[in-house]
Amino acid sequence: MTLLSIRNVAKQFGKNVVLRDISLDVAEGEFLTILGESGSGKTTLLRIIAGFETASAGEVWMGEERLDCQPPYRRRVNTVFQHYALFPHLTVEQNVAYGLRVAKRPEAEIASRVSEALEKVKMSAHAKSKPSKISGGQQQRIALARALVNRPRLLLLDEPLSALDANLRRQMQVELKSLQREVGISFIFVTHDQEEAMVMSDRIGLLRSGELEQVATPREIYGRPATAYAAQFIGHTNLLKGDVRGGMVRCGLLTWPAALPDGPALFSLRPENIRLAPETSEPGTVRVRGRVRHQAFHGATELIRVECGDGMVLVVRTPGSGGALDDVELEFSAPDAVPVRESPERI
Amino acid sequence: MELLVSDARLGSGSSWLLGHAVAVFTFLYLPIAVLILYSFNGEGVGGFPPHHLTLDWYRTLFADGPIWDSVLNSLQVALAAMVISLTFGVPAALALERAQFPGKVLFRRLVLLPLILPGIITGLSLQMLFNVMGTRFSLLTVVLGHGTALISVATTEVFAGLQKLDRAQEEASLDLGANYWQTFWRITVPNLKLPIIGAALLIFTLSMDEIAVSFFLMGRNNTLPLEIWGRLRRGITPEINAVSSIIFVFSLVAIVFWYRLRARGESTT
Amino acid sequence: MFSRAYKTAVTLPPLLWVTVFLLIPYLLMFCYSFWSVSASQTIVHSWNLDNYGQLLRVDVYWQTLLRSMWIAARVTVFSLVLGYPLAYFLSFYAGKKKDLLYQLVIIPLWVSYLVRAYAWKTILGSDGVLNTMLQYVHLTKHPLEFLLYSPFAVVLTLTHIYTPFAFLPIYAALEHIPRNLVEASHDLGATPGQTFWKVILPLSIPGVVAGATFAFVLSLGDFLAPLLLGGPSGIMISNIVVSLFGAAYNWPLGAAISFCMLLLVVILLVFSERLEKKWSFS
Repeated sequence: MTLLSIRNVAKQFGKNVVLRDISLDVAEGEFLTILGESGSGKTTLLRIIAGFETASAGEVWMGEERLDCQPPYRRRVNTVFQHYALFPHLTVEQNVAYGLRVAKRPEAEIASRVSEALEKVKMSAHAKSKPSKISGGQQQRIALARALVNRPRLLLLDEPLSALDANLRRQMQVELKSLQREVGISFIFVTHDQEEAMVMSDRIGLLRSGELEQVATPREIYGRPATAYAAQFIGHTNLLKGDVRGGMVRCGLLTWPAALPDGPALFSLRPENIRLAPETSEPGTVRVRGRVRHQAFHGATELIRVECGDGMVLVVRTPGSGGALDDVELEFSAPDAVPVRESPERI
Repeated sequence: MELLVSDARLGSGSSWLLGHAVAVFTFLYLPIAVLILYSFNGEGVGGFPPHHLTLDWYRTLFADGPIWDSVLNSLQVALAAMVISLTFGVPAALALERAQFPGKVLFRRLVLLPLILPGIITGLSLQMLFNVMGTRFSLLTVVLGHGTALISVATTEVFAGLQKLDRAQEEASLDLGANYWQTFWRITVPNLKLPIIGAALLIFTLSMDEIAVSFFLMGRNNTLPLEIWGRLRRGITPEINAVSSIIFVFSLVAIVFWYRLRARGESTT
Repeated sequence: MFSRAYKTAVTLPPLLWVTVFLLIPYLLMFCYSFWSVSASQTIVHSWNLDNYGQLLRVDVYWQTLLRSMWIAARVTVFSLVLGYPLAYFLSFYAGKKKDLLYQLVIIPLWVSYLVRAYAWKTILGSDGVLNTMLQYVHLTKHPLEFLLYSPFAVVLTLTHIYTPFAFLPIYAALEHIPRNLVEASHDLGATPGQTFWKVILPLSIPGVVAGATFAFVLSLGDFLAPLLLGGPSGIMISNIVVSLFGAAYNWPLGAAISFCMLLLVVILLVFSERLEKKWSFS
């Protein structure tokens, strides 16, 4: 069931085009992440959905109603702001109750819903404190409670974890995800952190320079990136340029079969799909020889840079067992070299 | 986002606000506009509508000796007051921002008091002091009065500038081998250039217009406001409109300049 | 961080100057308020509270003080009524023109007080611009007398002078409010009107208190406007003080009144500072 339908939305500020022709459907109950670098337009897109900006073109629909004609205070959408935006002159409790008070709900209902919301984010003990007296992580929970207590149909989160330190961040990622499952409403989460996107999302929408590069589940985006940018932005990858002739790719000294039309082609090969080759390889694997230039210890694995002749450098992820390596023989399976589209420079 | 609601939604609430704003600006500027208009009115102040526009009053003004004497006096006083206020106001700001000493709170309140206290109280108490000391009243006493009263302006501006100053710059200077005095002159003062100039401009303008303190401390020589004041008691002439219009233009230029300076200061931090 | 010598060199000169030219004069005035003036117009240095007693007993003194406070109160209210919506408009609706409009507001602030008071005098007089204009368009037959030489003229002129004073701290407070709070309020369902009452106004109160204090204190002690435009019914407390130091030659009494004003101002300042702190949330 589609909850939100973004249709050909574009936005420009003066001469600056921030969003071009964005079309996206958000399903009921899904956790969708809009992933992008700074300047990609992700926050602008969120603000258009929330109502703080109007689109220069296109429409946003929620169910049968057109959303983008309505002011923010009439939309059944709530936002968790990047710097929380808690009201400093109100207590935690009053902050959470704000939306309900404005809607003139009966006091008893407000009291019970507020205490329920505070319990859900584990902040009941701080109900009477002022925002200035609680920590960043705690403020973030209150911002969440304040938004959710209104039972919106859609929750927007604008990089809410970016101000937290690494450990707290990881913890909140897990909590947010389980919270979303619990309340069952759609979340649109904006971030520049690709790991965060992969951990939390049902689907990821990768935004680059105002256009959607790819919209897919984390596994799909990782395993089958559509473009070079997608392949490089999410995780590490090796980009291999090759020429296809009669179903065979030629890439420097390497060659493998690929069911592609003749012509130049680009492939994404993940470092973990390259291994140190055993004595003999299985049929269908590609062998390549090289010299190790750099070894980086990453705890459970190692990342090694291998110069393979002809200017080609491969980054390989190996289990962090071996000592120092020098000359190596590598192998990878042909299907692991995923064909990707070029990502042209966008003005 | 500058606007509360996007352009497409300026509703009835904000058009009322716009109307109010226009009304307030009219209220603020109308008297001045009328003043300037009537400085060209051949038939003097009052009477509507103004007929017979002329430059006569300006001609009278330029031939008016005592007025120009008082302008000269005011200029001298303003410049001297500027020197005094800055000489004591800048260190006062430094002391308040950096040092701890007994009586600091009293000092801060005392320095800022003339800003909000009715000018006549400061003027009167200084008059008493000079009486007791047996000092003759003259432009010098006026200078001392202005200089003292306007220290607060210098202190406020410089204090704000100090707070914007990055301490790390001074620490870097010390780290690189400069001692406290060198750091003060090479790093601190240049960074305070803009607030000091702004304060100087403000003090000058305020001193040129000052009446309350000057009233009690003047001798035989008038400052410009006091000269105008004296004329007013004898009756209104459009010549006063003329000199007022000129004062307005000068103040306008000074304040716009001061504002630009300040804006420049803010953008460089 | 700075050496003792530096700190002493920086602190001592202003401290000395302020002591000699501010502290001692105020103390001197305090002392004078306890002395009295003899029949032969000399100051008698006998310490008593007579002057303060006079203040309370003699009608004209405390009545004038009350009238001054009433005028100051009206000026304060009008300045806030004019200044707050203006500040709100500039801060939230002015967009790119904000800077220019701000300059337009502060310019009158620094343009000669005398010039502006004088301008009103020429407008409000019975031969003044306003009256002659009203007669010219046949709205009135005779000049309106109450326009000049009345408390009305004083309140009008002082409001004109002090509205920008009230505007400044209110504008600063409004600018200080993070815009994402306004967006959050909208996001949670509050209309711009509700947002104003529940979020913007409470957070702007320190600015309002500061503006009100400026307007009140400055207009209470004003002596120029009442002198130029007040007439006999518009005399304020400062005019009495000035006359006591002039023609009515009674320095000790003048000092007593001045000192009371000083005390009143200080009390108001302390009170408003407390109020500002109570309502400041950042």
